[in-house]
Amino acid sequence: MPHDGHHHDHDHGSELTETELRVRALESLLVEKGYVDPAALDVLVETYEKNVGPRNGARVVAKAWDEADYKAWLLEDASAAIASLGYTGRQGEDMIVLENTPETHNMVVCTLCSCYPWPVLGLPPTWYKAAPYRARSVSQPRSVLAEFGVTLPDTTEIRVWDSTAETRYMVLPMRPDGTDGWSTEQLADIVTRDSMIGTGLVEAVS
Amino acid sequence: MNGAHDLGGGHGHGPIAPDPNEPLFHGDWERKAFSLTLAMGFTGQWNIDQSRFARESMAPGRYLETSYYEHWAHGLEVLLADRGLVSEAEIQAAKPIGPAKPVQRILNAEDVVATLQKGGSAKRDEASAGPAKFNAGDRVIARNINPPTHTRVPRYVRGRAGVIERVHGVFVFPDTNAKSADEKPQWLYAVRFEGQELWGPDAEAGACVYVDLWDDYLDPA
Repeated sequence: MPHDGHHHDHDHGSELTETELRVRALESLLVEKGYVDPAALDVLVETYEKNVGPRNGARVVAKAWDEADYKAWLLEDASAAIASLGYTGRQGEDMIVLENTPETHNMVVCTLCSCYPWPVLGLPPTWYKAAPYRARSVSQPRSVLAEFGVTLPDTTEIRVWDSTAETRYMVLPMRPDGTDGWSTEQLADIVTRDSMIGTGLVEAVS
Repeated sequence: MNGAHDLGGGHGHGPIAPDPNEPLFHGDWERKAFSLTLAMGFTGQWNIDQSRFARESMAPGRYLETSYYEHWAHGLEVLLADRGLVSEAEIQAAKPIGPAKPVQRILNAEDVVATLQKGGSAKRDEASAGPAKFNAGDRVIARNINPPTHTRVPRYVRGRAGVIERVHGVFVFPDTNAKSADEKPQWLYAVRFEGQELWGPDAEAGACVYVDLWDDYLDPA
């Protein structure tokens, strides 16, 4: 199988083939030994392919933009405020939401592995898990943001949050101008995954 | 451990190259590596810190040349072999050689969604830790420790001074949890480090880093 979607500088297709074979062997061994229910594997994959993704986080952001009380609760006790919308559980048990403002821009990384708030953002994209972002986001955040097409004024402090513990961080991006009177559904439609990681800004285009 | 996984501050890894049209999984083997890891995690044969240690124990050269789910697959193989659940000979043969060992739990399909939604917080009762050593605003230094075992204090903050920004509460301590499943619950803080303190004159202006660190990683500055 070609490993489309990978962006490594060198080819290691033969290694992947070896990995594929070993993973296939592992699957049949674990099923045959009775350690895993094969139907459970399908549900695990389906959950993150179909049901749990950045649309959840976008609804949280839209509600916070729309309702001042909810926003205050979200910044005070993110786990509870997010759970009230039904987004709970694995890799998001203890949530913290960071508010972006003209003065402060927050962005999230996990330099040691790839910790990411699954219940609100789903599974992380490849770049979040790969070496370039994990290495440079802490030391060269402005140059990293530039690679995402984001340039911030010198007067904006950049705060990079390295997820070294089981606390999980999500960014509350700034609401763009020109969205007064929009419904929460309309607002949720413009909130991008990257804006909730802190590597993107939200723009008022639907 | 000072492994290849501890990437913060490194150079030479190339561009970030985000792909806006990326699929969630690149092929079926990634789906398998992901779902097998989660399902086996549920069997109770290891904890999340032991699982992270198994992944980061990959030889540094190989770690950097392989992808995320290859790290996962490697970690799973290491743990299965260590717990006597699946041997290398069985992987080579792609069929069981010995009898299956009993495990604590098996994740059934009908329980998957509820199990994921329930999760498993690493937060513990504050009474399990005694008083917090630090308060918001305190100046601290991250300890210069270099254990060959699992730790979550990244190399780039060791020996550096910062300020306690938030007190998160009491959480399982990864170092001992990875070593012997001893949770050793203790206070966890978000610590703010100025760019200059971490990177010297090469720091970008107006940037700082927050790192979550436990009591056992910190001394008063």
